[in-house]
Amino acid sequence: MEVLESGMMELIQPFDLDEFREWNRTKKARKLVDKRMSEQEAIAQFVYDGCYIGTELYGTVRCPMSLSREVVRQGRKDLRVCGQGVLELDLWLAAGLVKKLDITYIGLEVYGVPSGLRRAVESGQVETCVEWSNASISWRMKAAAMGVPFLPTRSMLGTDMLKYSAAKVVEDPFTGIKVALLPALILDVAIIHVHRADKYGNCQIEGISGFALEMSRACKRLIISAEEIIPTEEIRKYPDRTVIPYYLVDAVVHAPYGSYPGEMAYLYGRDEQGIKEWVEMSKTAEGTKAYLDKYVFGVKNHDEYLKLIGEERLQKAVELREKRI
Amino acid sequence: MTEQYSKTELMICVAARLFEDGTTCFIGTGIPMLAAMLAAKTTAPNLVPVFEFGGTGAILEELPRAVGEARTFHKGISALGICDTMETAQRGFIDYGFLGGAQIDCYGNLNSVTIGDHEHPKARLPGSGGGNDVGSHCWQTIAIMQHDARRFVPKVDFLTTPGFLTGPGARDAAGLPPGTGPIAVVSTLALMDYHPESCRMRLKSLHPGVTVAEVVANTGFELLVPEKVGANEPPSAQELRLLREEIDPMRFYI
Repeated sequence: MEVLESGMMELIQPFDLDEFREWNRTKKARKLVDKRMSEQEAIAQFVYDGCYIGTELYGTVRCPMSLSREVVRQGRKDLRVCGQGVLELDLWLAAGLVKKLDITYIGLEVYGVPSGLRRAVESGQVETCVEWSNASISWRMKAAAMGVPFLPTRSMLGTDMLKYSAAKVVEDPFTGIKVALLPALILDVAIIHVHRADKYGNCQIEGISGFALEMSRACKRLIISAEEIIPTEEIRKYPDRTVIPYYLVDAVVHAPYGSYPGEMAYLYGRDEQGIKEWVEMSKTAEGTKAYLDKYVFGVKNHDEYLKLIGEERLQKAVELREKRI
Repeated sequence: MTEQYSKTELMICVAARLFEDGTTCFIGTGIPMLAAMLAAKTTAPNLVPVFEFGGTGAILEELPRAVGEARTFHKGISALGICDTMETAQRGFIDYGFLGGAQIDCYGNLNSVTIGDHEHPKARLPGSGGGNDVGSHCWQTIAIMQHDARRFVPKVDFLTTPGFLTGPGARDAAGLPPGTGPIAVVSTLALMDYHPESCRMRLKSLHPGVTVAEVVANTGFELLVPEKVGANEPPSAQELRLLREEIDPMRFYI
Protein backbone atom coordinates (compact mmCIF):
# COMPACT_ATOMS: atom_id res chain seq x y z
CA MET A 1 0.00 0.00 0.00
CA GLU A 2 1.40 3.35 -0.99
CA VAL A 3 1.30 6.06 1.67
CA LEU A 4 -0.27 9.14 0.08
CA GLU A 5 0.04 11.48 3.05
CA SER A 6 1.52 11.31 6.54
CA GLY A 7 0.64 13.29 9.62
CA MET A 8 3.79 15.11 10.72
CA MET A 9 3.42 14.66 14.46
CA GLU A 10 5.18 12.13 16.60
CA LEU A 11 3.57 8.86 17.61
CA ILE A 12 4.02 9.61 21.30
CA GLN A 13 3.21 6.06 22.35
CA PRO A 14 4.93 3.67 19.91
CA PHE A 15 3.56 0.13 20.11
CA ASP A 16 4.58 -3.47 19.61
CA LEU A 17 1.66 -5.88 19.21
CA ASP A 18 3.71 -9.01 19.88
CA GLU A 19 5.10 -7.49 23.04
CA PHE A 20 1.52 -6.64 24.05
CA ARG A 21 0.50 -10.27 23.45
CA GLU A 22 3.44 -11.43 25.55
CA TRP A 23 2.49 -8.92 28.26
CA ASN A 24 -1.06 -10.21 28.28
CA ARG A 25 0.26 -13.76 28.47
CA THR A 26 2.70 -13.24 31.33
CA LYS A 27 1.65 -10.16 33.31
CA LYS A 28 -2.11 -10.60 33.57
CA ALA A 29 -3.38 -13.21 36.01
CA ARG A 30 -6.05 -15.63 34.86
CA LYS A 31 -6.55 -16.71 38.45
CA LEU A 32 -9.19 -15.00 40.50
CA VAL A 33 -7.11 -12.78 42.76
CA ASP A 34 -8.51 -10.26 45.22
CA LYS A 35 -7.33 -6.94 43.75
CA ARG A 36 -8.89 -4.54 46.23
CA MET A 37 -6.55 -1.84 47.45
CA SER A 38 -6.56 1.80 48.51
CA GLU A 39 -6.22 4.59 45.95
CA GLN A 40 -2.78 5.41 47.39
CA GLU A 41 -1.61 1.83 46.81
CA ALA A 42 -3.08 1.64 43.29
CA ILE A 43 -1.51 4.87 42.05
CA ALA A 44 1.81 4.18 43.81
CA GLN A 45 2.02 0.73 42.29
CA PHE A 46 0.93 1.34 38.72
CA VAL A 47 1.29 5.01 37.74
CA TYR A 48 4.88 6.11 37.19
CA ASP A 49 6.67 9.24 35.96
CA GLY A 50 6.64 9.46 32.18
CA CYS A 51 4.00 6.78 31.70
CA TYR A 52 1.33 7.01 29.01
CA ILE A 53 -1.98 7.26 30.81
CA GLY A 54 -5.64 7.77 30.01
CA THR A 55 -8.90 8.22 31.89
CA GLU A 56 -12.45 7.35 30.90
CA LEU A 57 -15.19 8.73 30.42
CA TYR A 58 -14.55 12.37 31.11
CA GLY A 59 -14.46 15.01 33.80
CA THR A 60 -18.11 15.43 34.56
CA VAL A 61 -19.40 12.00 33.56
CA ARG A 62 -18.45 8.67 35.21
CA CYS A 63 -14.95 9.97 35.62
CA PRO A 64 -12.32 8.58 38.03
CA MET A 65 -11.96 11.91 39.84
CA SER A 66 -10.84 10.37 43.15
CA LEU A 67 -7.98 8.54 41.40
CA SER A 68 -7.17 11.60 39.26
CA ARG A 69 -6.74 13.66 42.43
CA GLU A 70 -4.53 10.93 43.91
CA VAL A 71 -2.25 11.10 40.84
CA VAL A 72 -1.78 14.81 41.59
CA ARG A 73 -1.34 14.14 45.32
CA GLN A 74 1.48 11.70 44.60
CA GLY A 75 3.11 14.21 42.24
CA ARG A 76 3.52 11.98 39.21
CA LYS A 77 5.20 13.96 36.44
CA ASP A 78 6.08 14.04 32.73
CA LEU A 79 2.88 12.18 31.96
CA ARG A 80 1.92 11.44 28.40
CA VAL A 81 -1.85 11.58 28.22
CA CYS A 82 -4.67 10.89 25.80
CA GLY A 83 -7.83 12.89 26.18
CA GLN A 84 -10.86 13.59 25.96
CA GLY A 85 -11.12 15.20 29.29
CA VAL A 86 -12.64 17.92 31.35
CA LEU A 87 -11.97 18.38 35.04
CA GLU A 88 -9.55 15.48 35.43
CA LEU A 89 -7.16 16.43 32.63
CA ASP A 90 -7.47 20.13 33.30
CA LEU A 91 -6.48 19.34 36.88
CA TRP A 92 -3.39 17.43 35.71
CA LEU A 93 -2.52 20.17 33.23
CA ALA A 94 -2.97 22.90 35.82
CA ALA A 95 -0.85 20.93 38.30
CA GLY A 96 1.92 20.71 35.68
CA LEU A 97 1.99 16.92 35.37
CA VAL A 98 1.56 16.63 31.60
CA LYS A 99 4.39 16.62 29.08
CA LYS A 100 2.76 15.31 25.92
CA LEU A 101 -0.83 15.08 24.76
CA ASP A 102 -2.75 13.01 22.26
CA ILE A 103 -5.51 15.58 22.46
CA THR A 104 -9.06 15.18 21.22
CA TYR A 105 -11.05 17.58 23.38
CA ILE A 106 -10.27 19.19 26.68
CA GLY A 107 -13.05 21.65 27.34
CA LEU A 108 -15.52 22.58 30.01
CA GLU A 109 -18.47 22.50 27.57
CA VAL A 110 -21.00 24.89 29.12
CA TYR A 111 -18.19 26.78 30.91
CA GLY A 112 -15.93 27.19 27.87
CA VAL A 113 -12.20 26.72 27.35
CA PRO A 114 -10.37 25.48 30.45
CA SER A 115 -7.70 27.77 31.86
CA GLY A 116 -5.42 24.91 32.92
CA LEU A 117 -5.22 23.69 29.32
CA ARG A 118 -4.62 27.19 27.97
CA ARG A 119 -1.81 28.02 30.37
CA ALA A 120 -0.12 24.63 30.01
CA VAL A 121 -0.15 24.66 26.20
CA GLU A 122 0.36 28.36 25.49
CA SER A 123 3.33 28.54 27.88
CA GLY A 124 4.98 25.56 26.19
CA GLN A 125 4.85 23.48 29.37
CA VAL A 126 3.13 20.79 27.31
CA GLU A 127 5.79 19.97 24.72
CA THR A 128 3.61 18.26 22.14
CA CYS A 129 -0.07 18.30 21.20
CA VAL A 130 -0.94 15.61 18.68
CA GLU A 131 -4.48 16.13 17.34
CA TRP A 132 -7.09 13.39 17.00
CA SER A 133 -10.87 13.42 16.70
CA ASN A 134 -12.90 11.71 19.40
CA ALA A 135 -13.77 8.81 17.12
CA SER A 136 -10.16 8.48 16.01
CA ILE A 137 -8.74 8.11 19.51
CA SER A 138 -11.44 5.56 20.36
CA TRP A 139 -10.76 3.61 17.17
CA ARG A 140 -7.03 3.70 17.97
CA MET A 141 -7.86 1.94 21.23
CA LYS A 142 -10.18 -0.37 19.37
CA ALA A 143 -7.31 -1.35 17.05
CA ALA A 144 -5.17 -2.20 20.09
CA ALA A 145 -8.12 -4.07 21.61
CA MET A 146 -8.39 -6.07 18.39
CA GLY A 147 -4.65 -6.73 18.44
CA VAL A 148 -4.12 -5.16 15.01
CA PRO A 149 -1.72 -2.34 14.08
CA PHE A 150 -4.25 0.14 12.69
CA LEU A 151 -7.85 0.76 11.75
CA PRO A 152 -8.84 2.55 8.55
CA THR A 153 -11.33 5.41 8.82
CA ARG A 154 -12.85 8.22 6.77
CA SER A 155 -12.38 10.71 9.63
CA MET A 156 -9.55 13.28 9.60
CA LEU A 157 -9.22 13.32 5.77
CA GLY A 158 -8.47 16.60 3.98
CA THR A 159 -7.97 18.62 7.17
CA ASP A 160 -5.24 20.01 9.42
CA MET A 161 -6.30 17.29 11.87
CA LEU A 162 -4.58 14.76 9.61
CA LYS A 163 -1.53 17.02 9.22
CA TYR A 164 -1.10 17.48 12.99
CA SER A 165 -1.71 13.84 13.84
CA ALA A 166 0.40 10.71 13.35
CA ALA A 167 -2.14 9.09 10.98
CA LYS A 168 -1.38 8.07 7.40
CA VAL A 169 -3.55 8.23 4.29
CA VAL A 170 -3.48 5.30 1.87
CA GLU A 171 -5.51 4.01 -1.04
CA ASP A 172 -7.54 1.05 0.11
CA PRO A 173 -6.29 -2.00 -1.87
CA PHE A 174 -9.81 -3.48 -2.14
CA THR A 175 -11.93 -0.56 -3.34
CA GLY A 176 -9.43 2.16 -4.22
CA ILE A 177 -10.94 4.77 -1.90
CA LYS A 178 -8.72 6.90 0.32
CA VAL A 179 -8.68 6.05 4.01
CA ALA A 180 -6.82 7.40 7.02
CA LEU A 181 -5.00 4.69 8.95
CA LEU A 182 -5.16 5.20 12.70
CA PRO A 183 -2.28 3.58 14.59
CA ALA A 184 -3.15 1.32 17.52
CA LEU A 185 -2.92 2.94 20.95
CA ILE A 186 -1.71 0.73 23.79
CA LEU A 187 -1.74 2.71 27.03
CA ASP A 188 0.68 1.99 29.87
CA VAL A 189 -2.07 2.73 32.37
CA ALA A 190 -5.81 3.29 32.11
CA ILE A 191 -8.12 4.48 34.89
CA ILE A 192 -11.84 3.77 34.64
CA HIS A 193 -14.64 4.47 37.12
CA VAL A 194 -17.59 2.05 37.14
CA HIS A 195 -20.84 1.58 38.98
CA ARG A 196 -20.05 -1.84 40.42
CA ALA A 197 -17.15 -4.28 40.56
CA ASP A 198 -16.40 -7.42 42.49
CA LYS A 199 -13.09 -7.87 44.31
CA TYR A 200 -11.54 -9.56 41.27
CA GLY A 201 -12.35 -6.65 38.96
CA ASN A 202 -15.43 -7.83 37.07
CA CYS A 203 -17.21 -4.56 36.25
CA GLN A 204 -20.72 -3.36 35.51
CA ILE A 205 -21.54 0.07 34.03
CA GLU A 206 -24.92 1.77 33.73
CA GLY A 207 -25.84 4.34 31.13
CA ILE A 208 -23.55 5.00 28.18
CA SER A 209 -20.34 3.01 28.04
CA GLY A 210 -18.27 5.80 26.41
CA PHE A 211 -15.03 4.11 25.40
CA ALA A 212 -14.67 1.88 28.47
CA LEU A 213 -14.78 -1.32 26.42
CA GLU A 214 -12.04 -0.17 24.08
CA MET A 215 -9.78 1.45 26.68
CA SER A 216 -9.98 -1.46 29.13
CA ARG A 217 -8.73 -3.78 26.41
CA ALA A 218 -6.04 -1.41 25.11
CA CYS A 219 -3.91 -0.95 28.23
CA LYS A 220 -1.16 -2.78 30.07
CA ARG A 221 -2.37 -1.78 33.51
CA LEU A 222 -5.98 -1.05 34.41
CA ILE A 223 -7.02 0.60 37.66
CA ILE A 224 -10.74 0.42 38.40
CA SER A 225 -12.55 2.57 40.90
CA ALA A 226 -16.09 1.51 41.72
CA GLU A 227 -19.03 3.13 43.46
CA GLU A 228 -19.86 -0.22 44.98
CA ILE A 229 -18.04 -3.51 45.55
CA ILE A 230 -20.46 -6.38 44.99
CA PRO A 231 -20.24 -10.14 45.62
CA THR A 232 -19.10 -12.29 42.70
CA GLU A 233 -22.44 -14.14 42.91
CA GLU A 234 -24.08 -10.93 41.67
CA ILE A 235 -21.68 -10.85 38.72
CA ARG A 236 -22.41 -14.50 37.91
CA LYS A 237 -26.15 -13.93 38.18
CA TYR A 238 -25.98 -11.29 35.39
CA PRO A 239 -22.94 -12.20 33.26
CA ASP A 240 -24.41 -10.17 30.39
CA ARG A 241 -23.77 -7.02 32.43
CA THR A 242 -20.01 -7.56 32.71
CA VAL A 243 -18.42 -5.05 30.35
CA ILE A 244 -14.92 -5.36 31.80
CA PRO A 245 -13.93 -8.89 32.84
CA TYR A 246 -11.53 -9.38 35.79
CA TYR A 247 -8.50 -10.53 33.81
CA LEU A 248 -8.11 -7.06 32.30
CA VAL A 249 -7.96 -5.45 35.73
CA ASP A 250 -4.95 -4.85 38.00
CA ALA A 251 -6.47 -2.89 40.90
CA VAL A 252 -9.95 -2.40 42.34
CA VAL A 253 -10.49 0.70 44.46
CA HIS A 254 -13.74 1.30 46.32
CA ALA A 255 -14.72 4.92 45.63
CA PRO A 256 -18.26 6.02 46.47
CA TYR A 257 -18.94 9.39 44.78
CA GLY A 258 -15.74 8.71 42.84
CA SER A 259 -16.93 10.86 39.93
CA TYR A 260 -17.94 13.85 42.10
CA PRO A 261 -18.27 16.80 41.26
CA GLY A 262 -19.18 15.02 38.04
CA GLU A 263 -22.12 12.67 37.72
CA MET A 264 -22.78 8.95 37.78
CA ALA A 265 -25.81 7.81 35.76
CA TYR A 266 -28.73 6.82 38.01
CA LEU A 267 -26.70 7.40 41.23
CA TYR A 268 -26.00 11.12 41.43
CA GLY A 269 -26.08 14.22 39.23
CA ARG A 270 -23.33 16.73 38.76
CA ASP A 271 -22.71 19.51 41.25
CA GLU A 272 -22.62 22.80 39.31
CA GLN A 273 -21.26 24.63 42.34
CA GLY A 274 -18.37 22.17 42.64
CA ILE A 275 -17.56 22.43 38.93
CA LYS A 276 -17.82 26.22 38.88
CA GLU A 277 -15.44 26.44 41.81
CA TRP A 278 -12.75 24.81 39.66
CA VAL A 279 -13.67 26.95 36.64
CA GLU A 280 -13.29 30.14 38.68
CA MET A 281 -10.27 29.23 40.79
CA SER A 282 -8.29 27.71 37.91
CA LYS A 283 -8.37 31.03 36.03
CA THR A 284 -5.16 32.09 37.76
CA ALA A 285 -2.07 30.19 38.92
CA GLU A 286 -2.68 31.41 42.49
CA GLY A 287 -6.30 30.27 42.43
CA THR A 288 -5.23 26.90 41.07
CA LYS A 289 -2.75 26.51 43.91
CA ALA A 290 -5.40 27.41 46.47
CA TYR A 291 -7.79 24.87 44.94
CA LEU A 292 -5.18 22.10 44.92
CA ASP A 293 -4.13 22.98 48.47
CA LYS A 294 -7.71 22.67 49.65
CA TYR A 295 -9.11 19.74 47.68
CA VAL A 296 -6.07 17.64 46.79
CA PHE A 297 -3.14 18.25 49.15
CA GLY A 298 -5.33 19.36 52.06
CA VAL A 299 -6.88 15.91 52.41
CA LYS A 300 -5.16 12.57 52.82
CA ASN A 301 -7.51 10.52 50.68
CA HIS A 302 -10.92 10.28 49.07
CA ASP A 303 -12.70 9.64 52.37
CA GLU A 304 -11.36 12.88 53.78
CA TYR A 305 -12.27 14.64 50.54
CA LEU A 306 -15.87 13.50 50.87
CA LYS A 307 -15.97 14.73 54.47
CA LEU A 308 -14.70 18.11 53.24
CA ILE A 309 -17.46 18.26 50.63
CA GLY A 310 -20.02 17.28 53.26
CA GLU A 311 -23.06 15.05 53.36
CA GLU A 312 -25.44 17.86 52.44
CA ARG A 313 -23.88 18.54 49.03
CA LEU A 314 -23.52 14.87 48.23
CA GLN A 315 -27.16 14.30 49.11
CA LYS A 316 -28.14 17.18 46.85
CA ALA A 317 -26.22 15.52 44.01
CA VAL A 318 -28.10 12.26 44.67
CA GLU A 319 -31.41 14.10 44.38
CA LEU A 320 -30.34 15.39 40.95
CA ARG A 321 -29.70 11.91 39.56
CA GLU A 322 -31.30 10.59 36.41
CA LYS A 323 -34.14 8.32 37.48
CA ARG A 324 -35.18 5.07 35.85
CA ILE A 325 -38.69 5.27 34.39
CA MET B 1 -46.43 43.99 20.04
CA THR B 2 -43.58 41.56 19.62
CA GLU B 3 -41.58 40.41 22.60
CA GLN B 4 -38.01 41.44 23.22
CA TYR B 5 -35.45 38.74 22.54
CA SER B 6 -31.69 38.41 22.41
CA LYS B 7 -29.56 37.63 19.33
CA THR B 8 -28.71 34.25 20.79
CA GLU B 9 -32.39 33.40 21.32
CA LEU B 10 -33.15 34.37 17.74
CA MET B 11 -30.24 32.29 16.42
CA ILE B 12 -31.45 29.26 18.35
CA CYS B 13 -35.00 29.67 17.01
CA VAL B 14 -33.85 29.99 13.38
CA ALA B 15 -31.61 26.94 13.82
CA ALA B 16 -34.38 24.91 15.47
CA ARG B 17 -36.65 25.43 12.46
CA LEU B 18 -34.06 23.72 10.24
CA PHE B 19 -34.38 20.37 12.01
CA GLU B 20 -36.34 17.92 9.91
CA ASP B 21 -38.79 15.69 11.73
CA GLY B 22 -38.08 11.97 11.68
CA THR B 23 -34.36 12.29 10.96
CA THR B 24 -31.23 11.29 12.84
CA CYS B 25 -29.16 14.18 14.07
CA PHE B 26 -25.73 14.40 15.64
CA ILE B 27 -25.85 17.10 18.30
CA GLY B 28 -22.68 18.90 19.39
CA THR B 29 -22.25 20.56 22.76
CA GLY B 30 -23.67 24.01 23.53
CA ILE B 31 -26.07 25.99 21.32
CA PRO B 32 -26.84 22.99 19.02
CA MET B 33 -28.32 21.25 22.08
CA LEU B 34 -30.72 24.13 22.74
CA ALA B 35 -31.75 24.25 19.08
CA ALA B 36 -32.37 20.49 19.02
CA MET B 37 -34.46 20.69 22.18
CA LEU B 38 -36.55 23.53 20.81
CA ALA B 39 -37.06 21.63 17.55
CA ALA B 40 -38.08 18.50 19.43
CA LYS B 41 -40.63 20.50 21.43
CA THR B 42 -42.07 22.24 18.35
CA THR B 43 -41.68 21.20 14.72
CA ALA B 44 -39.66 17.98 14.98
CA PRO B 45 -41.18 15.81 17.73
CA ASN B 46 -39.82 12.64 16.11
CA LEU B 47 -36.25 13.87 15.87
CA VAL B 48 -33.69 11.22 16.83
CA PRO B 49 -30.87 13.03 18.61
CA VAL B 50 -27.53 11.23 18.66
CA PHE B 51 -24.85 12.23 21.17
CA GLU B 52 -21.35 11.06 20.48
CA PHE B 53 -20.61 9.15 23.66
CA GLY B 54 -23.50 6.78 23.12
CA GLY B 55 -26.91 8.35 23.81
CA THR B 56 -29.46 7.84 21.00
CA GLY B 57 -33.10 8.87 20.79
CA ALA B 58 -33.30 10.78 24.06
CA ILE B 59 -36.42 12.70 24.98
CA LEU B 60 -34.84 16.09 25.58
CA GLU B 61 -36.78 17.30 28.57
CA GLU B 62 -33.86 19.03 30.28
CA LEU B 63 -30.80 20.69 28.77
CA PRO B 64 -27.74 18.40 28.65
CA ARG B 65 -24.68 20.24 29.97
CA ALA B 66 -22.29 17.67 28.55
CA VAL B 67 -22.44 15.35 25.54
CA GLY B 68 -22.04 12.35 27.85
CA GLU B 69 -24.36 13.15 30.69
CA ALA B 70 -27.54 11.28 31.56
CA ARG B 71 -29.87 13.77 29.84
CA THR B 72 -28.34 12.63 26.52
CA PHE B 73 -30.04 9.25 26.96
CA HIS B 74 -33.00 10.31 29.13
CA LYS B 75 -35.90 8.03 28.12
CA GLY B 76 -33.71 7.23 25.11
CA ILE B 77 -33.74 4.17 22.90
CA SER B 78 -30.15 3.21 23.55
CA ALA B 79 -27.16 4.07 25.70
CA LEU B 80 -24.13 2.50 24.05
CA GLY B 81 -20.64 3.85 23.40
CA ILE B 82 -18.74 6.25 21.17
CA CYS B 83 -17.55 3.63 18.70
CA ASP B 84 -21.13 2.57 18.02
CA THR B 85 -22.42 6.11 17.36
CA MET B 86 -19.42 7.10 15.26
CA GLU B 87 -19.54 3.88 13.24
CA THR B 88 -23.25 4.48 12.72
CA ALA B 89 -22.36 7.86 11.22
CA GLN B 90 -19.51 6.42 9.16
CA ARG B 91 -21.82 3.90 7.48
CA GLY B 92 -24.32 6.56 6.50
CA PHE B 93 -27.07 6.44 9.13
CA ILE B 94 -26.83 10.02 10.42
CA ASP B 95 -28.69 12.58 8.35
CA TYR B 96 -27.64 15.84 9.98
CA GLY B 97 -24.86 17.14 12.15
CA PHE B 98 -25.18 20.40 14.10
CA LEU B 99 -21.88 22.01 15.05
CA GLY B 100 -20.27 25.05 16.56
CA GLY B 101 -16.74 26.42 16.18
CA ALA B 102 -14.50 29.40 16.88
CA GLN B 103 -13.92 30.24 13.20
CA ILE B 104 -15.56 29.46 9.86
CA ASP B 105 -14.44 30.27 6.31
CA CYS B 106 -16.32 30.74 3.04
CA TYR B 107 -16.31 26.97 2.37
CA GLY B 108 -17.78 26.15 5.76
CA ASN B 109 -14.56 24.76 7.24
CA LEU B 110 -14.53 25.10 11.03
CA ASN B 111 -11.75 25.64 13.54
CA SER B 112 -11.84 24.54 17.16
CA VAL B 113 -8.16 23.74 17.79
CA THR B 114 -5.96 26.86 17.92
CA ILE B 115 -6.01 30.58 17.25
CA GLY B 116 -2.61 31.41 15.78
CA ASP B 117 -0.25 28.69 14.65
CA HIS B 118 -0.31 25.22 16.12
CA GLU B 119 3.18 25.23 17.58
CA HIS B 120 2.88 28.57 19.37
CA PRO B 121 -0.85 29.23 19.62
CA LYS B 122 -2.22 32.59 20.71
CA ALA B 123 -5.08 30.63 22.19
CA ARG B 124 -5.39 26.91 22.65
CA LEU B 125 -9.00 25.84 22.13
CA PRO B 126 -10.53 22.56 23.36
CA GLY B 127 -9.85 20.56 20.18
CA SER B 128 -11.90 18.70 17.61
CA GLY B 129 -13.80 16.43 19.95
CA GLY B 130 -16.33 14.76 17.69
CA GLY B 131 -16.50 17.81 15.39
CA ASN B 132 -14.19 16.43 12.72
CA ASP B 133 -16.06 13.11 12.71
CA VAL B 134 -19.47 14.77 12.44
CA GLY B 135 -18.25 16.95 9.55
CA SER B 136 -16.73 13.92 7.83
CA HIS B 137 -19.53 11.35 8.12
CA CYS B 138 -22.94 13.02 8.51
CA TRP B 139 -24.82 13.54 5.27
CA GLN B 140 -25.43 17.23 5.88
CA THR B 141 -23.98 19.59 8.45
CA ILE B 142 -25.20 22.88 9.80
CA ALA B 143 -22.99 25.29 11.73
CA ILE B 144 -24.27 27.59 14.45
CA MET B 145 -22.04 30.63 15.09
CA GLN B 146 -21.84 34.11 16.55
CA HIS B 147 -21.47 36.42 13.55
CA ASP B 148 -18.49 38.77 13.46
CA ALA B 149 -15.39 39.27 11.31
CA ARG B 150 -13.16 37.53 13.87
CA ARG B 151 -15.20 34.35 13.48
CA PHE B 152 -16.12 34.55 9.77
CA VAL B 153 -12.57 34.60 8.41
CA PRO B 154 -10.89 34.27 4.97
CA LYS B 155 -8.86 31.31 6.25
CA VAL B 156 -9.36 29.34 9.44
CA ASP B 157 -6.20 29.17 11.56
CA PHE B 158 -6.60 25.39 11.88
CA LEU B 159 -8.91 23.39 9.63
CA THR B 160 -10.53 21.11 12.20
CA THR B 161 -13.91 20.12 10.76
CA PRO B 162 -14.19 19.75 7.00
CA GLY B 163 -16.62 21.94 5.12
CA PHE B 164 -16.00 22.03 1.36
CA LEU B 165 -12.21 22.25 2.09
CA THR B 166 -10.73 24.22 -0.85
CA GLY B 167 -13.89 24.26 -2.94
CA PRO B 168 -15.78 22.18 -5.52
CA GLY B 169 -14.66 18.55 -5.66
CA ALA B 170 -12.20 18.87 -2.78
CA ARG B 171 -14.13 16.65 -0.35
CA ASP B 172 -14.32 13.82 -2.87
CA ALA B 173 -10.64 14.25 -3.76
CA ALA B 174 -9.68 14.02 -0.08
CA GLY B 175 -11.60 10.77 0.28
CA LEU B 176 -14.52 12.05 2.32
CA PRO B 177 -17.76 10.13 1.64
CA PRO B 178 -19.45 11.40 -1.55
CA GLY B 179 -22.65 13.40 -1.12
CA THR B 180 -21.71 14.77 2.29
CA GLY B 181 -20.99 18.37 3.28
CA PRO B 182 -22.23 21.56 4.87
CA ILE B 183 -25.61 22.97 3.89
CA ALA B 184 -26.18 25.97 6.13
CA VAL B 185 -24.85 28.37 8.73
CA VAL B 186 -27.08 29.98 11.30
CA SER B 187 -25.52 33.06 12.85
CA THR B 188 -26.58 35.84 15.16
CA LEU B 189 -27.29 37.96 12.05
CA ALA B 190 -28.59 35.70 9.30
CA LEU B 191 -29.07 32.31 7.71
CA MET B 192 -26.54 31.34 5.04
CA ASP B 193 -26.36 28.45 2.56
CA TYR B 194 -23.78 27.51 -0.09
CA HIS B 195 -23.75 28.19 -3.81
CA PRO B 196 -24.30 24.82 -5.50
CA GLU B 197 -21.48 25.29 -8.04
CA SER B 198 -18.84 27.35 -6.30
CA CYS B 199 -19.51 25.89 -2.82
CA ARG B 200 -19.07 29.40 -1.42
CA MET B 201 -21.13 30.68 1.47
CA ARG B 202 -24.14 32.71 0.38
CA LEU B 203 -26.56 34.89 2.29
CA LYS B 204 -30.00 33.30 2.34
CA SER B 205 -32.18 35.25 4.74
CA LEU B 206 -31.77 38.05 7.26
CA HIS B 207 -32.78 38.17 10.89
CA PRO B 208 -35.32 40.91 11.73
CA GLY B 209 -33.75 44.37 11.78
CA VAL B 210 -30.48 43.25 10.16
CA THR B 211 -29.31 44.72 6.85
CA VAL B 212 -27.28 43.10 4.08
CA ALA B 213 -24.57 45.71 4.68
CA GLU B 214 -24.36 44.73 8.33
CA VAL B 215 -23.88 41.05 7.49
CA VAL B 216 -21.27 41.84 4.84
CA ALA B 217 -19.40 44.17 7.22
CA ASN B 218 -19.26 41.44 9.85
CA THR B 219 -18.00 38.80 7.45
CA GLY B 220 -14.24 38.60 6.92
CA PHE B 221 -14.52 37.06 3.46
CA GLU B 222 -16.53 37.91 0.39
CA LEU B 223 -20.02 36.63 1.14
CA LEU B 224 -22.17 35.90 -1.90
CA VAL B 225 -25.31 38.03 -1.84
CA PRO B 226 -28.10 36.93 -4.20
CA GLU B 227 -30.61 39.33 -5.72
CA LYS B 228 -33.37 38.08 -3.48
CA VAL B 229 -32.62 37.80 0.19
CA GLY B 230 -35.27 36.30 2.46
CA ALA B 231 -36.37 37.32 5.95
CA ASN B 232 -36.32 35.11 9.02
CA GLU B 233 -39.32 35.18 11.30
CA PRO B 234 -38.68 36.53 14.79
CA PRO B 235 -39.06 34.09 17.68
CA SER B 236 -42.68 33.36 18.48
CA ALA B 237 -44.02 33.83 21.98
CA GLN B 238 -44.18 30.05 22.30
CA GLU B 239 -40.56 29.57 21.19
CA LEU B 240 -39.38 32.16 23.69
CA ARG B 241 -41.43 30.65 26.49
CA LEU B 242 -40.02 27.18 25.79
CA LEU B 243 -36.47 28.50 25.63
CA ARG B 244 -36.69 30.52 28.83
CA GLU B 245 -38.91 28.35 30.97
CA GLU B 246 -38.20 24.79 29.85
CA ILE B 247 -34.97 24.60 27.89
CA ASP B 248 -32.55 26.95 29.63
CA PRO B 249 -34.23 28.20 32.80
CA MET B 250 -30.83 28.43 34.52
CA ARG B 251 -29.62 30.69 31.66
CA PHE B 252 -26.46 28.79 30.81
CA TYR B 253 -26.57 30.04 27.25
CA ILE B 254 -29.42 32.51 26.68
